[in-house]
Amino acid sequence: MDVPKFLARERLDALLGALAHAGYALIGPRRQEGAIVFGPVRTQQDLPRGVCDSQEPGHYRLCDTPSPRLFGFANGPQALKPLFFAPREALWEVRRNEAGLQFAAVTPAAPKPLAIIGVRACDLAALALQDQHFLAGERPDAHYAARRADAFLLTVNCTHPATTCFCASTGDGPEASGGYDLLLDELDDGYLVTAGSEAGRAMLTYLPTQAASDEQCAAAREQSRVAARQQRELPAGNLGPAFAAQLEHPRWADVAARCLSCGNCTAVCPTCFCNAQVEDADLEGARSQRLRQWDSCFTEGHSYIHGIVIRDDTRKRYRQWLTHKLGHWHAQYGRSGCVGCGRCITWCPVGIDITEGAAAITGAQV
Amino acid sequence: MSAVHENAFPVPYEAEIVERIQESPSIFTLRLRFTEAAVQAAYRFAPGQFNMLYLFGVGEVPISIVSDPEDDHLFDHTIRSVGRVTRVMAALRPGERVGVRGPFGRGWPMAQAEGRDVVIVTGGLGCAPVMSVINYVLRRRERFGRLVIIQGVKHSDDLIWRERYEQWARLPDTQVFIAADQAGPGWPFREGLVTALLGEAELDTQHSCVMMCGPEGMMQAVARDLLARGFSERDLWLSMERNMHCGQGLCGHCQLGAKFVCKDGPVFSYDEIKHLLGLRL
Repeated sequence: MDVPKFLARERLDALLGALAHAGYALIGPRRQEGAIVFGPVRTQQDLPRGVCDSQEPGHYRLCDTPSPRLFGFANGPQALKPLFFAPREALWEVRRNEAGLQFAAVTPAAPKPLAIIGVRACDLAALALQDQHFLAGERPDAHYAARRADAFLLTVNCTHPATTCFCASTGDGPEASGGYDLLLDELDDGYLVTAGSEAGRAMLTYLPTQAASDEQCAAAREQSRVAARQQRELPAGNLGPAFAAQLEHPRWADVAARCLSCGNCTAVCPTCFCNAQVEDADLEGARSQRLRQWDSCFTEGHSYIHGIVIRDDTRKRYRQWLTHKLGHWHAQYGRSGCVGCGRCITWCPVGIDITEGAAAITGAQV
Repeated sequence: MSAVHENAFPVPYEAEIVERIQESPSIFTLRLRFTEAAVQAAYRFAPGQFNMLYLFGVGEVPISIVSDPEDDHLFDHTIRSVGRVTRVMAALRPGERVGVRGPFGRGWPMAQAEGRDVVIVTGGLGCAPVMSVINYVLRRRERFGRLVIIQGVKHSDDLIWRERYEQWARLPDTQVFIAADQAGPGWPFREGLVTALLGEAELDTQHSCVMMCGPEGMMQAVARDLLARGFSERDLWLSMERNMHCGQGLCGHCQLGAKFVCKDGPVFSYDEIKHLLGLRL
C-alpha cells in the first residue's frame, strides 16, 4: 500500500482543481432538499461542511455541527449506481415506413469521464459487483462501459456510519481496501491522501502535500476503528442453504404483511441491477425506442410469464430478493450482493430491516 | 450482414412473415424469413433455443423456435395468444414485418442424445420447444434410437398438430402417447394425467435422453416417476420458462437460483435445477 501524504484542509481545492484540469467532470456529495445526494462540485465550498445525519429504519434527517469536516455524514440515498447504470436509457430504435422496419443501435454517449468525490467503501464494493455484472460477461454492456471507463474514484474512509450501517460485518467498510484512485482520511485539519492506482499516483504529484506524521496516521486509524463499531450485523457467509431450508418460515409472511412492495429497497440498493426493457413509441407510429429502465423484483411484472405471475404475492417477492442477494449471488458473483450500506433499511417507508430478517429466518445468532 | 453492432446492445433484424398458420383458436404459427438475404444465410440456431420477437411499438417476447435448424430459408415460431404482445401479434398477416433478436440460450443436448432413445414428455401447451427436436430426430433418424413422444394436454381441444402425431405414430421405432386431463366427445386418446402414460411406453432407462417441457409441477411429477423407474438424473432435461427481457443475462428477470434462464438455459438437466422446481422462486 502506498504511503499516505498529508493535505491541509484549505488545500483540498488544489485536488479538485487538478481533477477538473485533467478533464474530469466533478461529482460529489451535495446537500439538497434535506438529503445528501451526488451533484456537480467545483470547489470545497460546494461540499456539505459540518453536516451530520440521523438515520434509523424508515428515517433520515440531516443536522448541522460546527465541525469543519466535509465528509462527516453517512451515505445518502444515492449510490454510485445511477452514475454508471442509467435509471432509463435507450438501447436501440426502430423506424417504420413503406420499406419496412429499420433498426439501429443507440450508440452510447462518450461523456466526459467522472471524478467522484467522497465515495465510501461500501459503494466501492458495490461498484465492483456492478462492474462484474455489466462488464465481465461475454458481451460487456457498452452503455455502462462508456460511463465507467476512466472514472476517477476519490474515496473517503467513512468516519460517521449511520445506525443502519453494517459494512463492518460484510467486510466492505468502513475503511476502503482497494478499488480507489485516491483515498482520503479526513482529520479536523486536513486529509491523509493515499494513492491506489496509477491515475491516483499521477494526481498526487500535483498536490501540495507534506509527509504525514505518525500522529496523523494514528488518528486516522483510530477513527476507522471507532467507525467499525456498528449496531447492526448481517449473518456471515452464504445464507442460501439456510434460506433454502426455511422457504416456508413464518417470518417471510410477517415481513410481507408490513412490506408495501414499493421497491425503494431495490432502487437505493447499490448492487441491484434488474432492469426492464420497455417500449417508447411516438404518436405518429413512425419511430419507436427500446428503453432499459431500472426494475424491481417487488413488482408484479418482474416474474410474469405468458399470463402467469410466478411470484404472485409480496411474501414470494421479499423471499426472492433475500434468497438472491444473500444466497445465489455467491454462486453467480463469488460473494453476497449486500455490502452493508444500510440504505434499504433507512429508505424503507415501513423500516423493514434486512439484518433482522436474515437473522430471524436463518436462525443465525448475531 | 449489415449493421453488426459489436459493442452495442444486440439490435433486432427485420423479418417478414411468409406464412401464418392458425393452429387452434388461441395458437398460431408465424413462418419467418429475415428480409436481408445475408442475415438469413448467416442465421444458425439449435433446437431448444429461443428468439426475442419484436412487434413495432408494442414490445418483445421470448418465443422458442419450432422449425428444424437445417431449414435455412425459413424459421417458425408457434405462439399462444395470451399476453399484451402476443395478442397483438396474433393479428399479423403475411407480408408484415417483425424484429428478431437471437437465437439465445442453451438448447437441447442433441449431441449427448445421439445413439440413445429420445423420450419427449410434454404437458399443457409445452410442446413447442420440443417440436424442433422431433423434427431434428426424424430428419437424422439413423443417429438416434427409438423416438417416444408423450404429450399431455389440459383439455382435448388444446391438442394442436394432431395429424402430425398420427403421422409420427405410424413411423418405425416411434411411439406416440397422448392424454388429455379433460377429454371432449370423440377423443380417441387417453383421458388423465401425462404421468399415467409413462407406464405404457417402452422406456429404456439406461440408454435414453428424456426431454421435458411444460408446467413445472408436471415436469417434477414426470421426473419423480422416471427416477423411480431407474432413470438417471443426468438423462432428464427440462426446458424452463421465465420472463426474459434482454437475453444477455443482464436484466435479472429470468434469474432462477444461481442461473439466468436466458443464457444458462432454457434447457437444464434435472440435476442442475431439481432444488428450484415448483417453488415459485
